Formats: sequence, C-alpha cells, structure tokens
Amino acid sequence: MGTRKYRRKTSHSEHGPGDGGRTGSWRVERPVLNESLCIPCKRNKEACFICWLFCPEIVISRTIPPTINLEYCKGCGICAEECPTRAITMADEADFSHEDKDSSCT
Amino acid sequence: MHMIENGNVAAALGVRRCRVNVIAAYPITPQTPLTERLSEYVEAGEMKAEYIPVESEHSALAVCIAASSAGSRVFTATSANGLLYMHEQVQWASGARLPIVMCVVNRAVGAPWNVWNDQQDSISQRDTGWIQIYCSDHQQIIDTVIKAYWIAEKVSIPIMVCYDGYILSHTYMPFDLPDQDKVDAFLPPFKPDYALNPDEPASLNTVTLPDVRVDVRGELAHGYMEIRYLLQEELRKTLAVAAEAEKRFGDIFGREGDPYLESYRTSDADYIAVGLGSLTYQLRVSVDALRKEGIKVGILGVRFYRPFPDEAVASALKGKKAVIVFEKALSYGYEGALASDLKSALYEHLAGTGALPAVQNYILGIGGREIHTDHLTQALRAAIQGSISKEPVWIGLKL
Repeated sequence: MGTRKYRRKTSHSEHGPGDGGRTGSWRVERPVLNESLCIPCKRNKEACFICWLFCPEIVISRTIPPTINLEYCKGCGICAEECPTRAITMADEADFSHEDKDSSCT
Repeated sequence: MHMIENGNVAAALGVRRCRVNVIAAYPITPQTPLTERLSEYVEAGEMKAEYIPVESEHSALAVCIAASSAGSRVFTATSANGLLYMHEQVQWASGARLPIVMCVVNRAVGAPWNVWNDQQDSISQRDTGWIQIYCSDHQQIIDTVIKAYWIAEKVSIPIMVCYDGYILSHTYMPFDLPDQDKVDAFLPPFKPDYALNPDEPASLNTVTLPDVRVDVRGELAHGYMEIRYLLQEELRKTLAVAAEAEKRFGDIFGREGDPYLESYRTSDADYIAVGLGSLTYQLRVSVDALRKEGIKVGILGVRFYRPFPDEAVASALKGKKAVIVFEKALSYGYEGALASDLKSALYEHLAGTGALPAVQNYILGIGGREIHTDHLTQALRAAIQGSISKEPVWIGLKL
C-alpha cells in the first residue's frame, strides 16, 4: 500500500508524537529521572516542570512524576541540562541494551 | 484599453489586475522599474497589497513563500545575480508547491559584471521544478502574468515569467490592458487547500525521512521521494492545464494562440529557426529576406520551456531538413540547453522514422553583444546550405 491517496502533496506535520517516525531509535544516551531529587515528586505538587517546558520533542509529560516517552526521545539531553536539581541524568544507552529500546519509562 | 508603455509596466499592470496581496522584491537592473511601479501603486492606494521591502532576493522569495503559505497571492521579480542569490528559495518554493509568480527580466550573470541582456539567469534555473514561460512582446508579458496565476494556482507549482532585459523591459510598445472585470472573471480569488491557520496549527515542509512514514493521524504520509515524484508528475500534466488556460483566456479576452509554441511561416518550411523570447521576433526580418529568395524557412518560438512541450516540438519539426537553434545562454561544457532539450524530443518521438532533421546550434547575444539581423541571415543561410557543426557556433564573437 502506497501514499497515492494521501491528502497532501507536501510534508505537512501536525503536532503530536511520531510525526518524524520512531525517533527513539536515534538515541545514544537515555535520560533517567531520580524522583528523590525531582521537585514535583518531592513536594507532590505541580511545580517546576522545566524539563517538560524545554523538551523540544514534547515527550516529557506535565505529571507527577514526569514521564519520558522513549519511543520518540532522541536523547538530546536538554532536560538533564536544564533540570535545576540535577534529577535527570543521561546514561549510556548500551547499559539498557537488554531492554526494549522504545519502551516507556519514568 | 490600448496603451503604449514599457515591458516592465506591462508586467506591473498585469500584477495589479491579478489583485496580488503581497509583493516582496529587491531592486536589480533591469527589473527595478517593475517593482518600483508596484510600490507606487501600493503607496497611492491603487493596489490593496502589502509591499514588503527586503534586504536581499533570498529574503524576497522567503517572504513570498511565507505569505503564499498563509494563503496570499504573491509576486516577486528579479534578474541575473538576484535570481542566483534566490536559488535556495527557488528550489524551496517548488518543493513546497506554492503558486508564486515571479518575473525574471533576463540579464547576463557575473562574473564578470554585466548588466545587459542574455538568458543565462533563467536558463540556469531550468531544473528547479518551476514552470518557465518566455515572452516576445509586451502583450505577451501582461497576458502571461495573468495566465500564470491561473495555471500556478491550478497545479500548485510556481511560475517564472521571463522576458528580455531592455529589449522588452525598457522599450515602449502598444498593448491592450485587459479590463479588470474580465480579469476577475478569468482569475478567481486564490483558495489554497491549506493556509497557515492558528486554529489548525501545522509545520510545513518538515524533515522527511528516506522512507514513507505514518503521520499523527495514523495515515501513511509521503516520504521525500514521493513528494518529488508528484512534483514531476504534475509538472508534466501542466502542459494540458496550460492548454486549458489558453482556451479559457481566449474565450474571455478574444486573444488565443498555441500555448507552447509560436510559429511564423512554418507550414511549408523546409528549415526552422528556433529560439526563446524577443529574438524570435528579430529573426522574422531574416526569415522574410530569405523567403524573398525562395528559401522556405520559418520560426518556432518556444514560449513554454518547462515543462518542455516535447511532443509539440517534435511534431512541429518532423521531416524538416534542418533546425537552427539560436540561444542567448548555454550549458557550459556542452551546448545550448534548448538545443539539447530539442534533440532529446526529436530522438524520443522521431528516431527511426527517417524524419529526423539536422540540428545546428548558435550561441549569440551573450552579455548584450549586439545581434545584427544580417548576422542572423548569414547564420541561417550557412546552416541551410549544409554547414552543420558538432560544437555550437558563436555569432558575433571577436576573438
């Protein structure tokens, strides 16, 4: 089955996950959240969410705890860079090679 | 209404009649008087359009791309190095399938600097996916601008309306200014399939992967290759759309012709001169002189250059003894681009039929080198007498 009947003649993206494909496979480093350092987790209140705000792929949820959708996270590390309490760190993807690379984690 | 004006004003009046919403342009000789005139119409309130001054041609076309994506009918114009500076956005506009109309007032490209006429600028943009139409007089300029919007919006492909710098842009000629109500009847307001809209947000022309993908709605969306194939497929179908535009234009304005080719004394001709733009009118003087001697020669002016009307060209040249292609541009390292395209069409449609004409390519008028009518006559006579060279011959060269 091809794209002959697709409704556009161009590349036209609407906001939402996965418009560029399953980009989680591009990742070489994975963001890992330490809930004991995360502000909304510690206070159990809606607060901070700087990771959610800065994520260019919109794969971090504005929830307690924040969740990261690894199916689409490219591993850019912006969340880890911006987190004011260093609750997110980047870990070598090879350390998770026994797991499904695209599975969602918290 | 009949009037006498220069070619740039004819183009500006055409743009005004088409009720263009956004104009963005950067001045460059010999295009400058065209966009200056448009800025005067906007300033005087005679055109309800946004005139956006920019710092470069690259920005001019970028503004047009954005405004067209937002659903506006847009216009820009340029020449020579201005067109070359736009080149990246030129490719973008066709890939994004935006019905932009741009006048290219043909001028030689640097280096070295030269402001005079040849056609190397637009010919060098041949492979960008734009439609290219060449004009030979002022009536064709204004009519082609109007037809161009109709065709471009029908097929979602941008169009270059090309006309020779100075020879057409700065000379005065009589032409008919089409009535506004007739233009409105011919050209309905631009209604794109999708225009940028905050209530329906989207990113346009986002990165495509080598393969197709499933979009956020779960539908299988094109990859890069499908999008590029569709551009080619619909460019080829544009030939039929141009014929439809010509018929529709004729019905409303009473002026109609061959949408692709303009013939002069070809019906009984054994030899055909071929060219683009105003040169094909100058050639008429030489053809008339040779006809007086009993030599059966005619002219085929190629108006529609991309998509190339290969079938019409081959059918017009079938069985001729020789075809003489005059070009004010060339594909450096080989020969004139029109000569190559024409040979390709002849081979495709006539190979093995015994009706393949000999083809002689002449390069002339480069950087505004004066084209003498007696040189044209001599060149035609030489080819007619059987002097067909493998390499293109340069006319008027003083080496």
